[in-house]
Amino acid sequence: MRPARQLATGAGVALGVAFYAYLQGVRVLGAADDQAKLRFLAAMSLALCAVGIANTMLMSVAERYREIGTLKCLGATDTFIAKVFLIESLVVGLTSSLAGALLGAGVAALFGWRSGAAVLPFVQVSVVIPLLVGAGLTLVASIAPALAAARMQATDALRVEV
Amino acid sequence: MAGFEREPIVRTRDLVKEYRMGATIVTALAGVTLDIFRGDYVSIMGPSGSGKSTLFNMVGGLDKPTSGSVYINQVDIAQLSPHELAYMRCHTIGYIFQTFNLITVRTALENVTLPMLFAGVPADEADDRAARLLDLVGLENRYHHRPTELSGGQQQRVAIARALANEPAILLADEPTGNLDLKTGQEIIQLLRGLNQERGVTVISATHDLKMVDVSDRIVHVRDGTVSRVDLRSDVEVQVGELGGEESS
Repeated sequence: MRPARQLATGAGVALGVAFYAYLQGVRVLGAADDQAKLRFLAAMSLALCAVGIANTMLMSVAERYREIGTLKCLGATDTFIAKVFLIESLVVGLTSSLAGALLGAGVAALFGWRSGAAVLPFVQVSVVIPLLVGAGLTLVASIAPALAAARMQATDALRVEV
Repeated sequence: MAGFEREPIVRTRDLVKEYRMGATIVTALAGVTLDIFRGDYVSIMGPSGSGKSTLFNMVGGLDKPTSGSVYINQVDIAQLSPHELAYMRCHTIGYIFQTFNLITVRTALENVTLPMLFAGVPADEADDRAARLLDLVGLENRYHHRPTELSGGQQQRVAIARALANEPAILLADEPTGNLDLKTGQEIIQLLRGLNQERGVTVISATHDLKMVDVSDRIVHVRDGTVSRVDLRSDVEVQVGELGGEESS
C-alpha cells in the first residue's frame, strides 16, 4: 500500500506544480488561442483531481486497517467490508463533487456571466459533468483499496502499522 | 474437573508457521500439538518472540498455518471458505484485544450490537441483549458513552460485552490486561474468570501477566515455537502449598 500511496502523492505534487508552472508560463508569454489554452487547463485539473482522489481513498482505507481487522474478528464478511468502503466513498464522492461543482460554476458565473448566455448548456458542462466525473472518479479510485481491505487476513489488518 | 471424558473445543496438530522475512524464513511455530477443553480457562504464556501470539492467532482462526491443522469444534478451519470463517468468528469466538479496539465513533451500546448486526439479529432484540451484557460487565450507566468518554478498564468491559454478543463458546483474549493498571487488570481478570465459571465459556488468553496464573485452569508455556510445558491448576496449587510448608492432602 505504501509505495502506491507515495506514487499517488508524488504524482499529485507533480501535477499541481505543472498546473502552476503552466499558468505562469502562459502569463509571461501572453495569450495564444483562448479555447485551446482552457482545454489544456481543464485536462490538467482533471488529472490533478483524479490523483488527489485516488490518494485520499488509499489513505482513508490505510488509516482504518485496525478497524477492518476488528470488524473481521467480530464476524464481518469480506463483502460487508468492501460494501462499507464503496458506499462511503460514493456518499463522499457525490456530496463533495456537488459542493465542488457548485463552487466552481458559481465563481465562473460570478466573474464571467454575459447577459443572454444560455443557462442550460452552462449548467450541463459546468455543474452536471464535473459532478458525475468527480463522483465516478471517487468510486473507481476506491474499488482497489476497498477490495484489498476486504481480502486482508484479520491478523494482517490488526498488525499493520501505517 | 477430572473423572469424565472432556470434550476438546480447540485442537491443534503439528502446527507449523513460518514467516518469510526477505531471504530468510523465520519459524514462529515448530510443530505444536495442543488440546483445549470446553469450559477451561487457559493462559498461553511466553516471552515476546516465543511464538505465543502466533499460536494464539492460529487457535482463534485469525491466521492460517504453514502446515498442520487447527480444529475448532471438530472443524478443520483450513477447510473453511472466507465466508464460513466469518460465520465462525461471528458465532463461535469472541475476541478481546490488548488495545480494546472499540469503534470510536460508536457508543458503548452500538459497539456491543455490532457483532449482532453481522449475525442478523433484529435491531430491537440486539439493543436489549447489548443492554443486558453491559449490565453484566458492570456498565449499567454507560450505554450511550463513547469510548473516549470511558476509562481503559471501562473500555475493556465494553469489549468483553461485545465479545459475548453472540454467545460464543470461546472467549479469546490477547493480553487483555496489557494496557491497564494493576488494580484494573485484576478486575478484568476476575470478570473473565467469573464469566468462565458462570456461563461456562472457554477462555483462552495470551498473556505474560502473572496474575492470570491464579485463575487459569491450565497454563501453556510457549518457548522457541514449541509448547515447553503445560501446568495444571491443581499442580500449581500443590506446589504453592508445599512452598508454604502446608502439606495438601
